[in-house]
Amino acid sequence: MKEVIKQLTEAFGPSGYESQVTELISNMVKDYADEVSTDVLGNLIAVKKGKENGKTIMFSAHADEIGVVITHIDDKGFLRFANVGGVGIASLVGNRVRFGNGTIGVIYSEKGDWKELKLDKLYIDIGAETKEEANSKVRVGEFGIFHREFTDLGHRVVAKSMDDRVGCAVLIEAMKQIENPTNTLYFVFTSQEEVGLRGARTSAYTINPDLGIALDVTLTGDTPEAHRMEVSLGKGAAIKVKDSSMITHPKVKELLVQLAEDGNIPYQMEVLERGGTDAGAIHLTRDGIPSGTISIPCRYVHSPSEMVDMRDVQACVDLVLAVANHDLDTL
Amino acid sequence: MLLAQLTEACGAPGQEGEVRDLIRTEIAPYVDEIKTDALGNLIAVKNPNGKGPKVMLAAHMDEVALMITSIEKNGYLRFKPIGGIDPRVLVAKTVVVGAKKIPGVIGSKPIHLQRPEERQRALSIQELQIDIGVKSKEEAEKLVSLGECAYFTTKYEEFGSGKVKAKALDDRVGCSLVIELLKEDFSFPLYAAFTVQEEVGLRGSGVAAYQIEPDIALVLEGTTASDVPGTDEHKHATSVGKGPAITFMDRTVIPNPKLVQELLDLAAEKGIPAQARRATTGGTDGGQIQLTKTGSKVAVIAVPCRYIHSAVSVMSKKDYEAAFLLVKNYLQRLQEREG
Amino acid sequence: MDVKQIFRKATESAGVSGYEEAIGAQIQEACPWADDIRTDKLGNLIMLKRGQGEGPRPRVMLAAHMDEIGLIITKIEEDGFLRFSTIGGFDQRVLLGQEVVVHGRSPLIGVIGAKPPHVQAPGEQKKAVKLEDLFIDIGYDDEKEANAHVRIGDVVTLRRDSVELQGSFLAGKAFDDRAGVAAILECFKALDSLKHMADVYGVATVQEEVGLRGAITSTFGIVPDVGIAIDVGFGDSPGLQEGETIKLGEGPGIAIGPHVHPKLHKKMVETAEEWNISYSLDPSPHPGGTDAYAIQVTQAGVPTILLSIPLRYMHTPIETLDYEDVKRTGRLMAMFIAGLDNEFVEGLTCF
Repeated sequence: MKEVIKQLTEAFGPSGYESQVTELISNMVKDYADEVSTDVLGNLIAVKKGKENGKTIMFSAHADEIGVVITHIDDKGFLRFANVGGVGIASLVGNRVRFGNGTIGVIYSEKGDWKELKLDKLYIDIGAETKEEANSKVRVGEFGIFHREFTDLGHRVVAKSMDDRVGCAVLIEAMKQIENPTNTLYFVFTSQEEVGLRGARTSAYTINPDLGIALDVTLTGDTPEAHRMEVSLGKGAAIKVKDSSMITHPKVKELLVQLAEDGNIPYQMEVLERGGTDAGAIHLTRDGIPSGTISIPCRYVHSPSEMVDMRDVQACVDLVLAVANHDLDTL
Repeated sequence: MLLAQLTEACGAPGQEGEVRDLIRTEIAPYVDEIKTDALGNLIAVKNPNGKGPKVMLAAHMDEVALMITSIEKNGYLRFKPIGGIDPRVLVAKTVVVGAKKIPGVIGSKPIHLQRPEERQRALSIQELQIDIGVKSKEEAEKLVSLGECAYFTTKYEEFGSGKVKAKALDDRVGCSLVIELLKEDFSFPLYAAFTVQEEVGLRGSGVAAYQIEPDIALVLEGTTASDVPGTDEHKHATSVGKGPAITFMDRTVIPNPKLVQELLDLAAEKGIPAQARRATTGGTDGGQIQLTKTGSKVAVIAVPCRYIHSAVSVMSKKDYEAAFLLVKNYLQRLQEREG
Repeated sequence: MDVKQIFRKATESAGVSGYEEAIGAQIQEACPWADDIRTDKLGNLIMLKRGQGEGPRPRVMLAAHMDEIGLIITKIEEDGFLRFSTIGGFDQRVLLGQEVVVHGRSPLIGVIGAKPPHVQAPGEQKKAVKLEDLFIDIGYDDEKEANAHVRIGDVVTLRRDSVELQGSFLAGKAFDDRAGVAAILECFKALDSLKHMADVYGVATVQEEVGLRGAITSTFGIVPDVGIAIDVGFGDSPGLQEGETIKLGEGPGIAIGPHVHPKLHKKMVETAEEWNISYSLDPSPHPGGTDAYAIQVTQAGVPTILLSIPLRYMHTPIETLDYEDVKRTGRLMAMFIAGLDNEFVEGLTCF
């Protein structure tokens, strides 16, 4: 699984421009799915057909990642940019970004107090000496991502875009292990989650499932002087109770807890005070879809160095398998 | 002139009647069907059974305005902005209020009676009131009802080198473009949605898209140009006179990458001036349209306007013409390719 | 059957956003005026009162939310105290010294505490207490004991019986928006003795306080011809300007603004005038914040109107209203519905 996570996290896929990632995933899963397709917003949808009396479950993990987009190129070849999704300013200065064609640049700031750092005081240097040279490599409206490699630390691994390629990896692994499911399973690798849960909204409308489950990362409170939060790396899959986008349907929450208990899958309860996942969009689709989120605990979310624990990742795979095989008539 | 009529008409969010009637009359001879919906969107179609992709052109009819929220004992009208208005632009403007278009002025304390420190401070909405020249609440209530809106009285005029000044260019310029495009002939199903309530949260466009189910939607807008003294070049967003601005991302939508590229390439090929919109702030109807039902391909094409959301905004006629040409050429190419 | 008693009992029950199953069941049990009652996939309670005559009959949706703002447990401290966050928009300044119910494995009594005055730094009392410094004391002495009864993610409600003030004034918690639900029941009760053509869907919606979520999905399921949202509005109280408030005791505010269909507004005002039901005009330039906002943009659009019951001290456990305003709101809706026909409804898309 680490190899899959490495490949996924090193791929290029800012919101709206996910095709490199979805092509990679498509190649990984096509032998394990009955159908694979992409839709107009760029969602990759893989289906495993179930039995006639089964229900429909939509699992989603988002393919996109946060990034930057060029808004201006000046006469000396420096680029100005805006954020794509919730990029922390503190993690930008001195970092490198990569554009779709492989061009790499360094982010730095104008003079001024670092405490008052604003996005419009930052620029990207791609080593161009003139506007013309810069324009030959990139253009205004070009999307970029953090440039950072995957690192294996043992139980723990660190990479950019672990949010939410690790969720994608969980679904890919689950797809490999599921044979002849009772329920019809849609695995959706969604677009544009980081800019407002957009891909999940249209794909959920298309699929109209009986149950929606998002796989995404969540914050932890286990680092020095961290914000108060009872989620830790290594303590298992996190079952979401609420975030800003959704209050988990009580029956879905209890189902996930029960499946974890029954399967001896390590789990922890998660109350996230900010942020949202695809489930926020899925549960409000049409006349409502009971939904939940299985979260992979992750440190340093939205930085170029997001860290997860492989034991938690495994617990999430196990929980997805348990949901996929569950008789949903009780829901 | 069409754009003059459109900008001088009044249409707060939810009260677009005057603009809607004007557009309906103008487009009726050129479309096959025309209707309004539960929110007041005006939806027209040419060739509903034509071959090819279903294309939606969208422009919003509403403009920012001031809603009358209470009437003082002495007949002054208190108001709140409906849509985003910088309160600093309000003082000492003339307005018309409500269905009867009662003339009024936005008054404040005269400079002579202000303390020096007061003069340095921006006036807040609470310190402003509309004076329609009556002496009592009873007198005012005969002319104005709560919930009616006040509008700037700016006349449409051309000035300078091909520039236009008017109120409500956002988005009557889009309405005008869509009307003119409807006068052209295409063979695929072409829908026009003149939407309501864009300025209070993109309210009408999703409802319109739900009914139309477009394959491709082009949103025609008036957008911010900050190419003015005192603004760094990298914060201009768009520049007046350099052609329509194509959005690659705003707060509500990342337009379809291939469609954006196609528009930019087409402009270059045909020698039509165009620019990338160089900011990601602001939102448009595209955000709602793209996410309706199973989703659609969206692009946003905007005429740059200075001083948007104020009493008077400024645009270039050349940009307007280039926007028209670009969309027309795109639709023609679409027809050749898929019709 | 006295709706006022149903209302008072409902406000004393718990129903935090997302956890409305019990309050929904309680309302269902108390409502004898519906022909059919069901709960949808997100928990919205949908009470149908059929109209008379041959179909197709106009479909009217009345929506008031039954959820209330509340708290949620985020951490269990070693010494058994509970840390919490909010669900919905609480002013944290009103929380100090309140009694609560923690909905753990069984309901537990709790008290919200903070550092006592004599260990506070000088001047500290001048600052508002921060949410992160507050805690709930449930009387257990350590984490292990507390853990046996409470889990991270359990919800908490304020504990408050409603009280009768002078005249027909009442005070208590969760009036926002169970007063609206009571108005729906008053309307249903009044419709029992009226002829009406429309099928009326009274919906006690869920999750309004966290983003109008129940209204989004329930409206999609019903697809009404007319949507009426009933919520509470800012009542006149010290510190608020006229023009920002509606007066208690003078009937519902009839909203006017982008979220209100002009023909519905006109008819509602005419109905009030005709039946001599007092009302206020309520200009609303910002259309968000109530179920009306969600209902209006559902599918191909729904003609919508908002009625506001005047309420003081919103989002505190001493919300105060005049129950006569609830009755007036119910009666106004009933008369409005009795006057609806297909022709009027068809006219709503003609602008």
